[in-house]
Amino acid sequence: MTTVATKTKDLDDLELATPTADDLAALLVNKERPPRPSALSASLTFGWRAMLKIKHVPEQLFDVTVFPVMMVLMYAYLFGGALAGSVSEYIQFLLPGVMVMSVVMITMYTGVAVNTDIAKGVFDRFRTLPIWRPAPMVGYLLGDVVRYVIAAVVILGVGLAIGYRPDGGVLGIAAGVLLLLIFSFSFSWIWTMFGLMLRTEKSVMGVSMMVIMPLTFLSNVFVDPKTMPGWLQAFVNNSPVSELSSAVRELMAGNWPAHDIAVTLGWSVGLVVVFGTWTMRLYNRK
Amino acid sequence: MSKDLAIETTGLVKVFGSNRAVDGVDLAVPTGTVYGVLGPNGAGKTTVVRMLATLLRPDGGEARIFGKDVVKDAESVRSRVALTGQYASVDEDLTGSENLILLGRLLGHTKPDARDRAGQLLDAFGLTEAAGRQVKNYSGGMRRRIDIAASILNTPDLLFLDEPTTGLDPRSRNQVWDIVRAVVSQGTTVLLTTQYLDEADQLASRIAVIDHGKVIAEGTKGDLKASVGSGAVHLRLREAAQRTDAERVLAAVLSAEIVLDADPLALTATISGSGSDQGAAEQAGRALAELAREGIVVDNFSLGQPSLDEVFLALTDKTKSGTDVTDVKEGAAA
Repeated sequence: MTTVATKTKDLDDLELATPTADDLAALLVNKERPPRPSALSASLTFGWRAMLKIKHVPEQLFDVTVFPVMMVLMYAYLFGGALAGSVSEYIQFLLPGVMVMSVVMITMYTGVAVNTDIAKGVFDRFRTLPIWRPAPMVGYLLGDVVRYVIAAVVILGVGLAIGYRPDGGVLGIAAGVLLLLIFSFSFSWIWTMFGLMLRTEKSVMGVSMMVIMPLTFLSNVFVDPKTMPGWLQAFVNNSPVSELSSAVRELMAGNWPAHDIAVTLGWSVGLVVVFGTWTMRLYNRK
Repeated sequence: MSKDLAIETTGLVKVFGSNRAVDGVDLAVPTGTVYGVLGPNGAGKTTVVRMLATLLRPDGGEARIFGKDVVKDAESVRSRVALTGQYASVDEDLTGSENLILLGRLLGHTKPDARDRAGQLLDAFGLTEAAGRQVKNYSGGMRRRIDIAASILNTPDLLFLDEPTTGLDPRSRNQVWDIVRAVVSQGTTVLLTTQYLDEADQLASRIAVIDHGKVIAEGTKGDLKASVGSGAVHLRLREAAQRTDAERVLAAVLSAEIVLDADPLALTATISGSGSDQGAAEQAGRALAELAREGIVVDNFSLGQPSLDEVFLALTDKTKSGTDVTDVKEGAAA
């Protein structure tokens, strides 16, 4: 912050009127309290806060716009020729997977956001409000869902531009994206937990990378796992990211992969139950 | 368990690792008053406030807010208190008005109501012009005001103000004081922590002095001042040559310690409250009469109450020497 900026600020302060005791008294006389907001209403209000933050700090959309475009182009042109003969053929296989991978990777920014927020006093304010306890956390994640939608749309746009032609049509794509959003929302509770657990933003980032890299790369996003060694196949075939990307791939291709969808939803419920509970324990204790 | 108490704690303890940040604090804060918690940095003031505001779980003892336990009945405590922390407890990325609308919505107001209330508060706090600016661009005084405004969106029954004026210029500090007075005049109880004695003196009716996690003194301002002596007589003579005589006379009349000031014409006598059944003014009067009889000319005279600063230093010194002799005392007791 420069000295000049500080000076203008002080000047502004002087121009502002002094608070008046009468106005204040008039405001304080009214002691009735509206009823406590519902869990949904409180969560949506926190979601609105996330939207306001995007409005004031639009740079934070960088990771849901530029980053996904990079991912699609990089992997399509890097592996396309070698793995499938051509980019336009490979993109049919790659796009749903890279969409899953990008969005799942983006979820880790939630932990960083939670962590920086706690360091500021505003968290204390939220925690002294008589509201449904998980509302601030759910609000974060609702805001993040909007970011995930943006990322998914951007990736689809790039994919379509370089030759992705899914057979599932609009409905198949919508179903695939919806499943991805459900999973990402549930998966994000891992990051809210880390955000509350770890002390600094840097350590959150570090731990997140360690979790996210193997989880997304050791999957069927890039290639069919059949050529992998047996022990790796065991991991890859059972990884939630593989299940999710198969489900999304099939949905977008116009099929109905009931088993993959069920497994993905099962993972989602499990993640919320385990990490949601853990997050709230940390939140209440902090 | 009295119903007239806004805050009641018994043996409150909070331990961080090996540090007993709060070590058995008993407080009884009557409803409708400003209660000052005074202490140096690291004394445990903020930790006490955080426990009372349901942000930290006590490791020992009990705390009740309007009769409700802060752990077992946290939810109903939260509905009646508001906290303005030491650091801005608003979202710095949002504008002033967005912050107030957000909190209004979270307190259950409808969107139009929240907007109205935000507008009125910004008006009353002189922040209308800054309403549309992000809080991170606010000056220190403006931040404090938006922070307190956020705390009274719903008029709280109990307001915690944790060092509300630390780092503010005198003008902003006075504005915060005015706000606190306005809030109290409407029946809200305020618990104010501060390291400025001046502030406690100005606002609080009762004061607890905390040091090393313990309450080392508690009472009205008058009580605290009286505990270190009832006053000090400052004298200024016409002739420096008479100072030795004056010192002798004062020592005889007041049987008190006389301090010779740096100014060769001035001297100060502390009047002790204990050991004498005469009031401070009466004792000073006798001293002046005696000086006149001896032909010592006094140009200027003042009788002052000890300032809270003197009280504070006296009290914290006591605890320091107190800790030095703890072993001896314990040995004697055992």
